[in-house]
Amino acid sequence: MALNWFKLSSPASFYPVAGAMIPWFAWGAAILAAIGLWLGFGIAPSDFQQGEVYRIIFIHVPSAWMSMFLYVVMAVWGALLLGFGTRLSGMMAQAIAPTGALMTFVALWTGALWGRPTWGTYWAWDARMTSELILLFLYLGLIALRQAIGDPRRADRACAVLSIVGVVNIPIIYFSVQWWNTLHQGASVKLTGSSMETTMLAGMLVMSFAFWFYSIAVVLARLRVIILERERDATWVGALAEVRAAGQGAAR
Amino acid sequence: MAAEAPTDAVAPAPPAADGALAGLRWALARDLKLAFRSRAELGVQLLFYVIVVTLFPLATTPERNLLSTMGPGVLWVAALLASLLSLPRLFATDHADGTLEQIALSSYPLEALVSGKIAAHWLTTGLPVVLLAPLLGLQYYMDGESLAILAMGLLIGTPILSLLGAIGAALTLGLKSGGGLLALLILPLYVPVLIFGAGAVDAVRAGLGATANLSLLGAGLALALVGAPFAAAAAVRIALD
Repeated sequence: MALNWFKLSSPASFYPVAGAMIPWFAWGAAILAAIGLWLGFGIAPSDFQQGEVYRIIFIHVPSAWMSMFLYVVMAVWGALLLGFGTRLSGMMAQAIAPTGALMTFVALWTGALWGRPTWGTYWAWDARMTSELILLFLYLGLIALRQAIGDPRRADRACAVLSIVGVVNIPIIYFSVQWWNTLHQGASVKLTGSSMETTMLAGMLVMSFAFWFYSIAVVLARLRVIILERERDATWVGALAEVRAAGQGAAR
Repeated sequence: MAAEAPTDAVAPAPPAADGALAGLRWALARDLKLAFRSRAELGVQLLFYVIVVTLFPLATTPERNLLSTMGPGVLWVAALLASLLSLPRLFATDHADGTLEQIALSSYPLEALVSGKIAAHWLTTGLPVVLLAPLLGLQYYMDGESLAILAMGLLIGTPILSLLGAIGAALTLGLKSGGGLLALLILPLYVPVLIFGAGAVDAVRAGLGATANLSLLGAGLALALVGAPFAAAAAVRIALD
């Protein structure tokens, strides 16, 4: 099937496509989360060292993965914007930033709750935590920069430059547990194999897909709002059924 | 800036063989001349550095062991803040009076002109901090070897601060919330420099040698030298659009 990808890069043609994709990813996220939580809390055995506390892994690891992954995706959209000048890329990057910040915050918060019973401290100035905290600041900086710039076109491009510069932080987070002797444990899951029980691993992977699907659904929903807001003067927006209905509602 | 001769504000007609180096040299000479004419401003920034460093012993205790442990970190944090404070000068005055647009229109590559401005910024704000640091380190009871490593770390690290800072300064050009926003954008990027710079002194004190930390700083400098002028030039173009 020959798809014309550049056709999809126009907000007008992607708006309905995004709308059609959202239910699939939203329901996918809900079903996967149900399966993942059932695996995590019902099937997986308790850890011989950490007891039941380790089960926070089913939230902590997926959110930490997504926090890094979303940042890279956002920077790639930024690079596409600077390279091709496609408006949708900037909107996509704008839509990803809040979800990325949320994932980073969840990873830090669950990490603190996990650290207290296992290490005896909510927080340690260890390389992985510190670099994840910096990632949160990068996300917040991007959101703040966008807020400060009134013109959305300039905001898109400025945020693209900043996000590409900040990408340097991602390998630092990812490899921090190998490069430094940190309090944070090393990776349990590697491409060559895993040191975890199969059901634990399955639960974590299913939860990761749930987080991934959730992120896609939320980002697309936010993207549709951003498209409507920025293209509000375009005729195709005025012709949309939902916009006409809302307009009549407001007029009444 | 009204005191300056108008010739400073206009890029000269580019010579026939205009190249990146000529542009860099022109921007460097111009910014150095402007900085030299507002010496008081530079002095104020250096005093800021000295005062921030002086605050810590007053806020904690002037105890010998504590201060020699804190010293490198305090001097580095103060260097970061001093760099941050001086960043708006890099582009903002030129942007406000329209000079930056003229500079961007010149036939020199903008990357070279931005590099020249960054070099001038480091020579006028980074280098004095490097030279002053060993003296201030003495106040923190740091020994000779620590002082040497501290100065060397600052010598490699402060150019990175100017290079990264230029990106942030260009991105926030003309924005109302400039100062605080600049800190939020740039300080997270400064953190690795801070960690490796201050870490170098700690490593020496722990008997590990500073090679690893200084090499990482050097790698960071190489990366910033190659990438930052392009990012900063792109940011200037975005701000001027």
